[in-house]
Amino acid sequence: MATTATRPAALPDPFRAGLATGWKVFDASALKQDLSLDADVVIVGTGAGGGTAAEILSDAGLNVILIEEGPLATSSDFHMLEAEAYTQLYQESSARKTKDKAINILQGRCVGGGTTVNWTSSFRTPEPTLAHWAQEFGIAGFGAADLAPWFERVEQRLGIAPWLAAPNENNQALRRGASVLGVSSGEIRRNVRGCWNLGYCGMGCPTNAKQSMLVTTIPAALARGASLVTRARAWTIEHVDGRASALHCFGLDPGGTDATARKITVRAPTFIVAAGAIGSPALLIRSKAPDPHGVVGKRTFLHPTVVSAALMPDRVDGFSGAPQTIYSDHFLGVPPDGPLGYKLEAPPLHPILVATTLPGHGAAHANWMRQLAHMHVLIALMRDGFHARSPGGSVGLNDDGSPVLDYRLDEFFWEGARRAFSSMAEIQFAAGAKAVMPLQASASSYSSWAAAKAGIAALALEPLQTSVVSAHVMGGCPMGPDPKRAVTDLTGRHHHLENLYVLDGSLFPTSVGANPQLSIYAITAKLATGLAARLRPARLG
Amino acid sequence: MSKLPSSHAANPPNKTRRTLLKTGIAGGAVLVLARWIVTSHSPEESPDARGSALDPQARAIIAAIVPVLLDGALPDASASVEARAEVVAGVDLAVAGLPPGARKELEQLFALLSFAPTRCLVARVWAPWPQASPESIAAFLSSWRDSRFDLLRSGYGALHQLVLAAWYGNARAWPAIGYGGPPSLAIG
Repeated sequence: MATTATRPAALPDPFRAGLATGWKVFDASALKQDLSLDADVVIVGTGAGGGTAAEILSDAGLNVILIEEGPLATSSDFHMLEAEAYTQLYQESSARKTKDKAINILQGRCVGGGTTVNWTSSFRTPEPTLAHWAQEFGIAGFGAADLAPWFERVEQRLGIAPWLAAPNENNQALRRGASVLGVSSGEIRRNVRGCWNLGYCGMGCPTNAKQSMLVTTIPAALARGASLVTRARAWTIEHVDGRASALHCFGLDPGGTDATARKITVRAPTFIVAAGAIGSPALLIRSKAPDPHGVVGKRTFLHPTVVSAALMPDRVDGFSGAPQTIYSDHFLGVPPDGPLGYKLEAPPLHPILVATTLPGHGAAHANWMRQLAHMHVLIALMRDGFHARSPGGSVGLNDDGSPVLDYRLDEFFWEGARRAFSSMAEIQFAAGAKAVMPLQASASSYSSWAAAKAGIAALALEPLQTSVVSAHVMGGCPMGPDPKRAVTDLTGRHHHLENLYVLDGSLFPTSVGANPQLSIYAITAKLATGLAARLRPARLG
Repeated sequence: MSKLPSSHAANPPNKTRRTLLKTGIAGGAVLVLARWIVTSHSPEESPDARGSALDPQARAIIAAIVPVLLDGALPDASASVEARAEVVAGVDLAVAGLPPGARKELEQLFALLSFAPTRCLVARVWAPWPQASPESIAAFLSSWRDSRFDLLRSGYGALHQLVLAAWYGNARAWPAIGYGGPPSLAIG
């Protein structure tokens, strides 16, 4: 693969500079022998949860070891090439699927986890979501007022602020179409500093503008003496009498796919699981962590997302400029016990992402691709987990111990998806679209809102017929006071293993109803700060 | 190019319990068959010594379906030969980057498609892949895409994703779609 963009030497790469100062970073694919390590705290995962916890615990003077399954790639490695980024920085080459293959899951797998490859959208947890968690799941102390100082703290830390540049046309058209129809929309805040507005956030930020864990909390922890082991797959946590005692990992081969014979063992008084909402429950299941009520891995949520493509008379160039700057929560204004609500956003439109999501093949597919520069795309993220008929999926293990998420798309989902296709098509026509195509196997496209309305009502919506994607995996290790319904208590501590904490998006009892990164940052910052306060006296004493 | 959804409107999916049951049984049978082919007809489970994730049979299948999946997208004439070879290489690379479980599933898919009896039975492609007509390959792809069996639809989905990603990730594909490639990072 040719690198079409060469990197000017003047562009800094602070992570590489840090490595040169002696940061303790080990690549487990290069191990010649087994490795045994000790720490005050071991953290599995370096994404939004693990990264946040690493900085807070290191700041408290604790000796932290971070374990990451993916590779270390830094800004010098980010060439804005999909073929490179998707295979290196994502789980399963960005082709991770649910058990029946009906949903494609984009999930980061690299130092920084999802934060290295996400599209920077930053929303505080919506108040109706927090209220629902309090009321239905007994999650006290996590109301909007309780979390406000934590939101403020991480927003300041990660440069989360309104985006002042003009939205790109892909986002502008969402605002324009919504405005014509009287549909409310808003501007998305982003975690960037000095952003070049390139639009390649999903392939790793080449300028270090994105304030991911890779450029903020992880360097801070490493500078305080934390250790990071990459290409190490956390396999089991050994536990005796209600206490975790050791973490057992395998090294991976340089390609990062297959385990080698090299073992990494980490002993610590405190364990933090932050491997994401598929990895964290899978680690607990492999470890046979006590689960008397069968809650681990259940209620895993995805914001399953359907997609609507349109052709605009003028160029859209959706591959260029900040990928997500405008949203609409208009269709989330439904009661939690009602039909599925959904959030509307626009995605970046790079060739692989578009080509693999557009249905069909041959001349019809090629014809749409030739019009990539005129393509406008909206996505509807379904807010799953609020209604009794939206129980989410279930994480289990394959024969080889790898995780698999079984998530059924049922009639309740498709009813919401059909409404979402209609909403998106109407907005796209209102914004000036010449044609709209809901991404579904028949590849039917419509030249007017009236035709689209009738056509969408009759579309066959089924798994593996309709493109359904997800970039937000949540739940599976929910927190809550009741061990019958929750894996951890309200401090993030496992209900049955007293020195094991879960600190990532798997803590959420439902989906968030918004891109989850800021929810994960704030809630794990609160929990990790509480943990640091409890561990420090013990350490000093 | 607009196509009205009349076919779907006229034939709404009628997944009764009975068809679901049949789907499940048939899908399961195909899977068992695929596993049997892999275990009884593959000399080795691991990728070959050259580091290729795909065996020659799998490469032949990809090479055969590429011109059909990418009809209208590949360049003409001599450039097409090179482009097709690059797509096959790109698919190989992508498969190599998948975890063992996903590679195994693809191995079963390619085994099913390369073993002559199942190639005829399940894909309804009568000639060996290198000799198969574009029409028969197009019919195979469409029938799997529109199949009532989830397993065949997911097989189509895998081929779709692998081939389209391999082509559209290639800089050679970009001029025709109006994509200029990544922007320059040059300062000033």
